[in-house]
Amino acid sequence: MHLLSIDWWFLLEKLVLIMVIISLSLVIAMYTTYAERKVAAWLQDRRGPNRAGPWGILQPLADGGKLFFKEEIIPLVSSKFLFILGPSLAMITALLTSAVIPWGTSIHLFGREMPLQIADVNIGILYIFGVVSLGVYGIMIGGWASNNKFSLLAAIRAASQMISYELAMGLALIAVLMLAGSLQMSVIVQNQIDHGWHVIYQPLGFVIFFICALAECNRTPFDLAEAENELNFGYHQEYSSMKLGFYLFAEYINMFISSAVMATLFFGGYDIPFVNEASWGISPNLLALIGFAVLMAKIFFFLFVFIWIRWTIPRFRYDQLMNLGWKGLIPLSLANMVLTAVVMLILKKLN
Amino acid sequence: MQLTQRAKHVDRHPMTWIERLYFWNILKGMLITLRHLFKRKATINFPEQKRSFSSVFRGLHVLNRDEEGRERCTACGLCAVACPAEAITMEAAERLPGEEHLYREEKYAAKYEINMLRCIFCGLCEEACPKDAIYLSQTFAPSNYSRKGFIYKKEDMLIPNPLTEPEAYKKALGDRPVKVISKV
Repeated sequence: MHLLSIDWWFLLEKLVLIMVIISLSLVIAMYTTYAERKVAAWLQDRRGPNRAGPWGILQPLADGGKLFFKEEIIPLVSSKFLFILGPSLAMITALLTSAVIPWGTSIHLFGREMPLQIADVNIGILYIFGVVSLGVYGIMIGGWASNNKFSLLAAIRAASQMISYELAMGLALIAVLMLAGSLQMSVIVQNQIDHGWHVIYQPLGFVIFFICALAECNRTPFDLAEAENELNFGYHQEYSSMKLGFYLFAEYINMFISSAVMATLFFGGYDIPFVNEASWGISPNLLALIGFAVLMAKIFFFLFVFIWIRWTIPRFRYDQLMNLGWKGLIPLSLANMVLTAVVMLILKKLN
Repeated sequence: MQLTQRAKHVDRHPMTWIERLYFWNILKGMLITLRHLFKRKATINFPEQKRSFSSVFRGLHVLNRDEEGRERCTACGLCAVACPAEAITMEAAERLPGEEHLYREEKYAAKYEINMLRCIFCGLCEEACPKDAIYLSQTFAPSNYSRKGFIYKKEDMLIPNPLTEPEAYKKALGDRPVKVISKV
């Protein structure tokens, strides 16, 4: 009987955390669309949306509302079930990744310790990779089910691109895992708090990871899946209304989550830089909140870089993309991995 | 053979190792875009802010009144004759006794219409007018839902009465000097 007893508090606290994090991801993704338009405008010496509400901050609401009121068109020749499954899958996989990211240390409430992480599984990074590689199905299924050759071509492009760049991404990460000695996200962050951020030890690894993250999110310069001039619109060409919105939204959630992953793996997660916050002697709850804010600041910085890159660099040609992935990044990340291993072994021998 | 000195040679040297990496060049490009982030924006928030025009800008027409608030137009038709786009139509009427406070002279325009879709805003009507009754203002961008709406009537163009609405009159007049024309 003892085995079956459920810790209701645990369930409740996780439920609240899941709801908070998912709504946070959605709101941030929403406002990333606004930030994208604003930053794009500023980079082009324009003003950007400024009509809906003060400084245009209601613009994403207006955009979302517009998408809701659009007519839903499901092409007759499409495979209806898969056509609906595609965007749902894209959205679900985008949201699932946030489960293992440590958003801060733990909060003490009602005599309980509440870690700000939904699931601290010991294979956190493997989980992220598993879910991210599922993300390709959303695009693939959507593109295939549309029964449109442009959508199919775009979906194939996206799939091959994501598979190619996942390899280099994984290889670049292995060096980080060797440094941390664990796949658990919280351990990786703790290791950075103790020994300094991983980006200091792994600058090359970070650059490779960042490039691969751009490719994984289908962002410029790797947005070949949405090349308007070659493929009309890309894999979501036949989609309308909120199903299209789901695809566009999933892209921004992916951006947010991959920024969070980068901040966690390379930039110390919720670690406050340059200070030893443990010696301040303030309440751990406040400290956790400050850590969360610091993590958010890092994430926002990465989001800005994502947008900044999009409005600077033109799109790659397809063969250039494949060359960079297979002939450039994979050997480079392999070399980085071997080099890290060799240096670590030598240091171990010396000590 | 070179025909001019202005030809620019294209640099076709093979890319160096650093250039082939692209990183440096991408970084340079990103710095350029970053600099634009802080530049002054070229856009003007149009309905709230307006660009100021020179005093000789030729915008929408205004039918003028004299200092006592009487319409200056005598419906002589010189503006319609001068108009190269044939945008002006008018019908004359005789001033009746008791209407002296409305119309400056014995004859006035009962109907005065300008088709703003035909008008080319050349300002020849203003030049032709012997009574300083019509001039081109600094307002522009008329918008409407139908073609009919672009045919401006006398009420649409008449300047506010300086006696009853002096402020609106001043605003409509702008920095235009008031010409005093002696009665013939």
